[in-house]
Amino acid sequence: MSSVATRSARTLDTGLVATLRSRWRLVSLLAVIVIWVLVWTFTRGDSTLAIQASDRTDIHGWFLRLTTSIEEANNVVTAALAALADAMDATLLFFQHLFTVPEFPRPLPQVGWLGALALASLATYAVAGWRPVLIVAASFLLFGMLGYYPDAMDLLIVTSVAVAVALLLGIPIGIWMGHSKVVSAIVTPILDVMQTMPSFVYLLPFSILFGIGPAVAALVTLVYAMPPAVRVTAYAIRAVSSTTIEATDSLGQSRWQRLRNVELPMAKRTIIVGVNQTTMAALSMATIAAYVDGPGLGQPVLEGLRRGQLGKAFVAGLAIVIMAIMLDRTTTAASIRAETAARSGRDRGRQRWVVLGVGAAVAAVAVYLSNGYSWANEFPAGLDIGTWIQLRVDDFSGWLRADFSSVTTSIQERFTLSFLNPVQDLIAGSPWFVAGAAICAIAWIAGGNRALGAAVICLTGLYFLDLWNNAMITLTAVLVATVVVMLLGIVVGVWMGRSKNVDRAVRPFLDAAQTLPPFVYLIPVLVLFGANRFTAMVAGVIYAAPVAIKLIADGVRGVSATTVEAAEAAGTSRLQMIWKVQLPMARGALLLAANQGLLYVLSMVVIGGMVGAGALGFDIVYGFRQSEFAGKGLAAGVSIVLIGIMLDRITTYSARRSSSAAPAGARAKNTTRKRFPLLSSSS
Amino acid sequence: MTDTATVTPPQANAEQPAALAVDRLWKVFGPKADKIIGSPDADLPRHEMLKETGCVAAVKDISFEVAAGEVFVVMGLSGSGKSTLVRCLTRLIEPTAGTVTINGTDVVGASESTLRDLRRNHVAMVFQHFGLLPHRQVIDNVAYGLEIRGVGKAERRKRAAEIVDLVGLEGNEHSYPDQLSGGMQQRVGLARALAGDPALLLFDEPFSALDPLIRRDMQNEVIRLQEDLQKTMVFITHDLQEALKLGDRILIMRDGEVVQIGTPAEVVASPADDYVRDFVSDVPRSHVLTLRYVMRDPRPDDSSEGLVMSSDTIVRQAARAALASDHVVRVVDDGKLVGIVDDDAILRIVVAEESVRA
Repeated sequence: MSSVATRSARTLDTGLVATLRSRWRLVSLLAVIVIWVLVWTFTRGDSTLAIQASDRTDIHGWFLRLTTSIEEANNVVTAALAALADAMDATLLFFQHLFTVPEFPRPLPQVGWLGALALASLATYAVAGWRPVLIVAASFLLFGMLGYYPDAMDLLIVTSVAVAVALLLGIPIGIWMGHSKVVSAIVTPILDVMQTMPSFVYLLPFSILFGIGPAVAALVTLVYAMPPAVRVTAYAIRAVSSTTIEATDSLGQSRWQRLRNVELPMAKRTIIVGVNQTTMAALSMATIAAYVDGPGLGQPVLEGLRRGQLGKAFVAGLAIVIMAIMLDRTTTAASIRAETAARSGRDRGRQRWVVLGVGAAVAAVAVYLSNGYSWANEFPAGLDIGTWIQLRVDDFSGWLRADFSSVTTSIQERFTLSFLNPVQDLIAGSPWFVAGAAICAIAWIAGGNRALGAAVICLTGLYFLDLWNNAMITLTAVLVATVVVMLLGIVVGVWMGRSKNVDRAVRPFLDAAQTLPPFVYLIPVLVLFGANRFTAMVAGVIYAAPVAIKLIADGVRGVSATTVEAAEAAGTSRLQMIWKVQLPMARGALLLAANQGLLYVLSMVVIGGMVGAGALGFDIVYGFRQSEFAGKGLAAGVSIVLIGIMLDRITTYSARRSSSAAPAGARAKNTTRKRFPLLSSSS
Repeated sequence: MTDTATVTPPQANAEQPAALAVDRLWKVFGPKADKIIGSPDADLPRHEMLKETGCVAAVKDISFEVAAGEVFVVMGLSGSGKSTLVRCLTRLIEPTAGTVTINGTDVVGASESTLRDLRRNHVAMVFQHFGLLPHRQVIDNVAYGLEIRGVGKAERRKRAAEIVDLVGLEGNEHSYPDQLSGGMQQRVGLARALAGDPALLLFDEPFSALDPLIRRDMQNEVIRLQEDLQKTMVFITHDLQEALKLGDRILIMRDGEVVQIGTPAEVVASPADDYVRDFVSDVPRSHVLTLRYVMRDPRPDDSSEGLVMSSDTIVRQAARAALASDHVVRVVDDGKLVGIVDDDAILRIVVAEESVRA
């Protein structure tokens, strides 16, 4: 007993020291902000480097010339890229002719809804078992009933092709990374940057390289979806038990035998978790790829948002949500089945083959029917529920605007006036060198020299890209929204971390929310608040909250039970427990949550550019619309990446710093930390 | 089972080359490890070497030979380098310097394909944590070594089934490793090693992860198999009882160096230093010592009647008959009288033990 007591006492003691140390940092952070505010009161509005939306500078011209020179270039690289795009186009067109686009002289595609449903069910049964088949069948029916069957199929085609190629390339790279420290050291930073970049930022460079259309949508999707496949595969290969490798090596296996018989089978389940993440990443990119004219459900959403037809966007968004749930459930079930399948006895195996055979026969009949009969090809219009939903949503948003707008507007205005505007005035209204110096000081206090270095490099980049003021406005939105995310995260996360029941009730919703593409979140918020920067921030908060809440809940749950018990034995009250024990010890998790919150919010705030969020997001959107602003759009894209890297580095280094002072439990959690917005969703 | 100790330790002789020969083997972990050997730093104690050079010598200038059919035990506490040593024998860990010769094949200089051939056909290893393939049934785990040699499925399953029976796993062929207890899993590990019919078996603390009763069963299993199969074995353990029970000869290691090599009786009767003496102080000597260590030189007045025993008879086994007889025991090797054991000599060993225990 006494040893337990002394150990916990020591842990408490370290916690206290760490808290004191962080207090010291808190004090200096406050001092920086106070000085900043003082300097700002005298210098506000000077040298803010603000430029008009229609202004372009030399650097933007340089980017524009760069894009035209790339577009007009004629060399091996461009030829290879063109060939790549052509091959992708041909592949997509093949599947589209099968499922969605009638090929002359047929009036309808080769395989209609009934055939597609049967094929999808059969494939699902083969990889994931019979339960997910129900989900898949129901989802296909719902796509039809919502009135978006062809769009859903297009989205599914783009996503599947992109995922297939991403896995084909990503898994071998991951295996190589798992085996070679050198490759790992080279690839990991690239993956880090790729996963820090908001999905939206990928679009403009890809459209410059490949133009617009289905091929570029699939290419950008596969590039965006590859990092999780690579990372998870590498992790899975590294995690294979070294004893087993040694034992089988001692029998004289060749490297190939080791890979095939030992490493891949043992890593299989984890790799399929990677397939899940790759698929979800691909889905979110494939919807946003509507911006580059990618086919699928993103199109009606985008159109609805542009024209203010919220009902239409809502119904299409609903179809995306269904698609996300379907893909997530199917791939998750596949990963569980990968474990159990081998175990089921011979009888079960035989039974499975019988079901597969019968299923294949039924599917063949269904395909035949849907090929020849229009009722099995075109989804019957009589089952439509999409129009009804669309009208209700339009009614509702009409009612909101007419009768309820006073409430929503007052919420929005109060928040904007009392919180958002002052912060934006300070950050974007200070002279650039004052704001820059303040950010550098904060970076240094929080994360030390390395964070300072990252901040200096990124801020210098922002300065030379001539979008300083817009960058600061975007930064403001990100910071303010992240503060809200963290408040939400702490309240709900602590609640979940302290109560198993709450956790059990809330977690499924968070899991589901994390699988949705960011695009979808804009729609309901837009219905409520209309198009403005507040909407983008609310959407960002909703998008980022689930990750932050889960991380904090896990952090609080991870606090050593002995410490909690010892503190309880010392007569700690509930509030004291939260403030003095659980939160300080979960500090690593808090910083990690802040890190993820910032990156998630950033990616959402940028997408918000199209619904009135302005600043950098708008510059990118404008770059799409006006070709002479493509250069400025690119500069805005680079600026966003720089902001992302800066925020990521500052939080990462400060998390690393605090973890070295934090107790062992928190430290262990921290070292396994990854810039892994997607991996965290599956845990 | 104690009669294994009565087996005459096979001595490596010039005509028959040793099954395994290790000569001046080194394994140094750390930066520029190969620079250490031969420099004055090599003689530093472990912690000083770490401080001076950043290196740790896990295996330090070790030489020994193992004869065909011999059970050679390497014993030491954790961190003594014994597991590294056994891994160097088939280059699961690359040795830093020295040579290893198995059946006349130079292991250290072997090409990758020669090494693979050696591992496939001549040497097999049993591991402390089993290292089984969780996704394969017992029978396919056992057959794995044959599979990678390219033996056909029917053939290797047939052979594996025989081995499964041999190690007492019949009925569990189609279980998965995680459905078995630790002892059963280690039987699978043993079967996997035996399936390829290797001449040399390496055991890396195979029974340390098992509970004591199962451990005793498995030790007896090894003794039984050894009587049937007559393999050459190198057996790593940190358990002296296990070493004395199984070993024809024992190598005691500390901090990467050899402290003593000898038969169980030699180690117990004449420990090389305090370290070994401390180790063997709890050992019941009558279970280990042979008559050779308690006999005195024959004198002319000794009775020429009475019992005749060989010098490697264990004291405990000789005790009852010797004490019952009126005459002293005459110790005779190869028809030649080498010594005399009287009741006092026996009582000194047996009674001393009793009083220590009391």
